[in-house]
Amino acid sequence: MKTLSQPGLSELSTVLCTALILLIPLALAGISLINTGLGRARSAAHLMMSSLCVISVAALVYFLCGFAWQGFAGGPSHFIAIAGKEWSWIGAGPFFLRRLSSNHVSVSLTVMLGMLSVGLAAMIPLGSGAERWRLGAACASTALLAGITFPIFAHWVWGGGWLAQLGVNYGLGEGFLDVGGSGSVQALGGLTALSIAWILGPRHGKYTRDGMPSAIPGHNSVFVIVGCFFAMLGWIGLNGAGAILFTEANPNRIVPIAINTMLAAATAGLTGAVITKVRFGRPDASLTANGWIGGLAASSAGCAYIEPAEAVAIGIVAGALVIFSVEFLELRLSLDDPGGSISAHAVGGIWGLLAAGFLARFPAHVVDRIVYSPSAIPGQLLAQLVGIATLIGFVLPLTYGLNWLLNRYYPQRIAPEGERQGMDLHELGAGAYPEFLTHSEEFTQH
Amino acid sequence: MRLLGFLLLLAGWVITLTAVVLLSGKAFLGVFVLAGVGVELMGLVFVSRSYSTARESTD
Repeated sequence: MKTLSQPGLSELSTVLCTALILLIPLALAGISLINTGLGRARSAAHLMMSSLCVISVAALVYFLCGFAWQGFAGGPSHFIAIAGKEWSWIGAGPFFLRRLSSNHVSVSLTVMLGMLSVGLAAMIPLGSGAERWRLGAACASTALLAGITFPIFAHWVWGGGWLAQLGVNYGLGEGFLDVGGSGSVQALGGLTALSIAWILGPRHGKYTRDGMPSAIPGHNSVFVIVGCFFAMLGWIGLNGAGAILFTEANPNRIVPIAINTMLAAATAGLTGAVITKVRFGRPDASLTANGWIGGLAASSAGCAYIEPAEAVAIGIVAGALVIFSVEFLELRLSLDDPGGSISAHAVGGIWGLLAAGFLARFPAHVVDRIVYSPSAIPGQLLAQLVGIATLIGFVLPLTYGLNWLLNRYYPQRIAPEGERQGMDLHELGAGAYPEFLTHSEEFTQH
Repeated sequence: MRLLGFLLLLAGWVITLTAVVLLSGKAFLGVFVLAGVGVELMGLVFVSRSYSTARESTD
């Protein structure tokens, strides 16, 4: 175990970072509104309730052990030596956030950002498991995500772990770049959503006997679109705070980061609208919203190091990828993902990581007496590929394995009766919109 | 098929890590990293197919 020097922040950066972190709950509100709007009315209250419970469980588990294992750059961590290089693989901080006040304020800010990030990552699978994922199982699965999967990967990326050190140790650019969490939050949450969709199976009635998917439209597109607005504000906070804490970005970089975030979301959303208009004759609100979120997820990785025109390009590709991915998963892979979480967060996030490898420009610097121009850092794309390979080859099997084990001892899918009845009535005992319920006895009794 | 898929996912990751450690600074490091990602994608296809096939057989 080793302890390195602690990072420091200027007063202005601290104030700005605090303000940005306080925006992030809007992303949580946005994603929960989107998930709820894309589900059916009979499970709306259950989805909102699940969001609240999942955020609470994530925060508590992160407090218990999550941050201890995630750690922070320069903090205590466990190392293993491989071929003469030290690989930091897990944080070694105290449990229960002890000694937090004795650290620099940047550590407290990292805890706050991590707590909200893990909450956001834990809410992503709610979209893919909507209308059939038991509340208790969602909470238990969240505990595994917040206590094991997220801290390990977040340590590797944000806590000074081996992925972050790929540049120093192996000359791969500046190491794995993920400023606002395209990988550690979005792709990780999206891959967990994929595992949950696999384990739960499709909703009853989603596929006909010959394997054709039936359309099960969401119940409230207003929720979905309002959720997109909230999400954008939250993402500006996420990307800005991540840039200050994990890349030591100057406060004057925050406005360009916000511009890049907004441009990526806007172009991805518009791309979704145009593609659905061309293909189906009318723009589709739910797919446009999925495109918008995909653009936000893609913006996070390199937002601090790209130009606005590049953010536009990232958004266009993200929007197209998300739309086609939704169709591919539903038609070809028979995956029922009511909230589009896998496409928007996993596909969008992974595209963002890859794009950062192509497009990120770091300030000019010198390595071995060679002056590298801002766009010419060798190996950055390889560092991004190694990070993506880690997400697909390590995080996905880990999160699937944990949820598979959980499912063996605590079945995650609701009973068929509950699915027919609706999650609201079955698990909560009351619907989200009681005044809209039709009571048959009102018509039969005179 | 599902187990094989997950084994391929892990194998692809190990190939990538091994390439980074053993081929650091070599020109063909990128080829091996890409090969690792390719093996992972193959694993993803296997796992996805296993779930589609299982669903079709229950129908």
